[in-house]
Amino acid sequence: MSPTETSNASQGNSGLVLSARNLAKAFGSNKVLRGIDLDVRRGQVVALIGPSGSGKTTVLRSLNGLEVPDAGTVTFGDADAGTVRGSGAGLTLDFAGGVGKREIAALRDRSAMVFQHYNLFPHMTVLKNIIEGPVQVQKRPRAEVVAEAERLLARVGLADKRDAYPFELSGGQQQRVGIVRALALKPQLLLFDEPTSALDPELVGDVLGVIKELADEGWTMVIVTHELAFARQVANEVIFMDGGVVVERGPAAEVLREPREERTKQFVKRLQHEV
Amino acid sequence: MTFNWDLVWSSFGPIIGGAVTGTIPLTLASFAIGLALALLVALLRLSPNPLLSGAARFYVSVIRGTPLLVQLFVIFYGLPSVGVKLEPWPSAIIAFSLNVGGYAAEVIRAAILSVPKGQWEAGHTIGMSGPQTLVRIILPQAARVSVPPLSNTFISLVKDTSLASLILVTELFRNAQQIAAFSQEFMILYLESALVYWVICLVLSTGQSALERRLDRYVAH
Repeated sequence: MSPTETSNASQGNSGLVLSARNLAKAFGSNKVLRGIDLDVRRGQVVALIGPSGSGKTTVLRSLNGLEVPDAGTVTFGDADAGTVRGSGAGLTLDFAGGVGKREIAALRDRSAMVFQHYNLFPHMTVLKNIIEGPVQVQKRPRAEVVAEAERLLARVGLADKRDAYPFELSGGQQQRVGIVRALALKPQLLLFDEPTSALDPELVGDVLGVIKELADEGWTMVIVTHELAFARQVANEVIFMDGGVVVERGPAAEVLREPREERTKQFVKRLQHEV
Repeated sequence: MTFNWDLVWSSFGPIIGGAVTGTIPLTLASFAIGLALALLVALLRLSPNPLLSGAARFYVSVIRGTPLLVQLFVIFYGLPSVGVKLEPWPSAIIAFSLNVGGYAAEVIRAAILSVPKGQWEAGHTIGMSGPQTLVRIILPQAARVSVPPLSNTFISLVKDTSLASLILVTELFRNAQQIAAFSQEFMILYLESALVYWVICLVLSTGQSALERRLDRYVAH
């Protein structure tokens, strides 16, 4: 499962995996992103935090082409050499000029998404969920993908659920399958959209544990989360957003323990109260 | 009045024969063509292009807003006056297919819309194109939802094919009518044909239940 076996950190230097500049997006008159910059280095974990409606999820979704920003650029760095499809050099999307299906597909080729509500395919078994992308889209040999999927399932403690349907699993188990589905795509970048928000409290720990292990193994990730304690543990950088702008960013310990901005202070304080 | 049992037994042959060579193939052919048409119309209806969705909406409106019998007559008796002459069978298949297409299109459209948006997104994030996501992720889930309403359409169609007797298609009811006219035993023949329609529909209902059970295997009960 370690990214050195795949593509994620294979170059071994600390180059940029992703660089987003000046992302802007409006839904009608509602400006949800007002010029967001974001850099993610190889092996780095970036946590996006902020109140709901702050735009953090929109940033994440923009990186995977689920939202198309109105302006700004997203660049995937020079880390492509090791990707499974050998898609060549870097990729830059300039949203102001409009982007086509091909460019969006190229963007999606580089990252994989884990959803708040898992979004597993209910009509497919756990194994089918995991191999669907690698086999149908990436056209990798089925036997190889199945072996990989079984290995990943064992890693997250779900080897015996291989042939189960999603409805037979708990939320925590479904989310671990969601993570494995993302890993099986061998992306350069893992995106997590509030991966534990839909879970019962007693199931959160398992999922966070898996994500922590991935971080320790050197996977590059961007995580939208409300779990501040978790963000402090795994994130190298924390970005606090509010009202479509980045209010504060820095090392996790700094932003979460000694925030400089008043809005960050209030937010951190409020969430800690809830916990 | 004595009950004519001989006629009952001797007429079952032609009536069931009419079902086997008329009603059933007419139903199957029309339903298959109609479903394909319905899927196409449903997708057009969901298209962001107003011209395409408008055309689909118009088609559905015309089909649902006019009697099936009138549609049959327009095609069989009406079209020849503009130079299009069709035999009874092709006329019937065209009319029934168009009719199924209109009703089933709405069922399929609703079923596609009932699949959560997150399923489209999940398909996209694993790299699938729109059509790929539709075929591999969305339609299998929509199929489960649409089996009960489509079964209704199917069962209605079985019975509606009796209208084809009016455009000279040799099917179950037309055979019954001919024997009735000849023997003057209207009650016996019409009840017999009702019975045969009913049996066909019972068989279909059983099939529907089996199909629903199969498609339900991946949902919680």
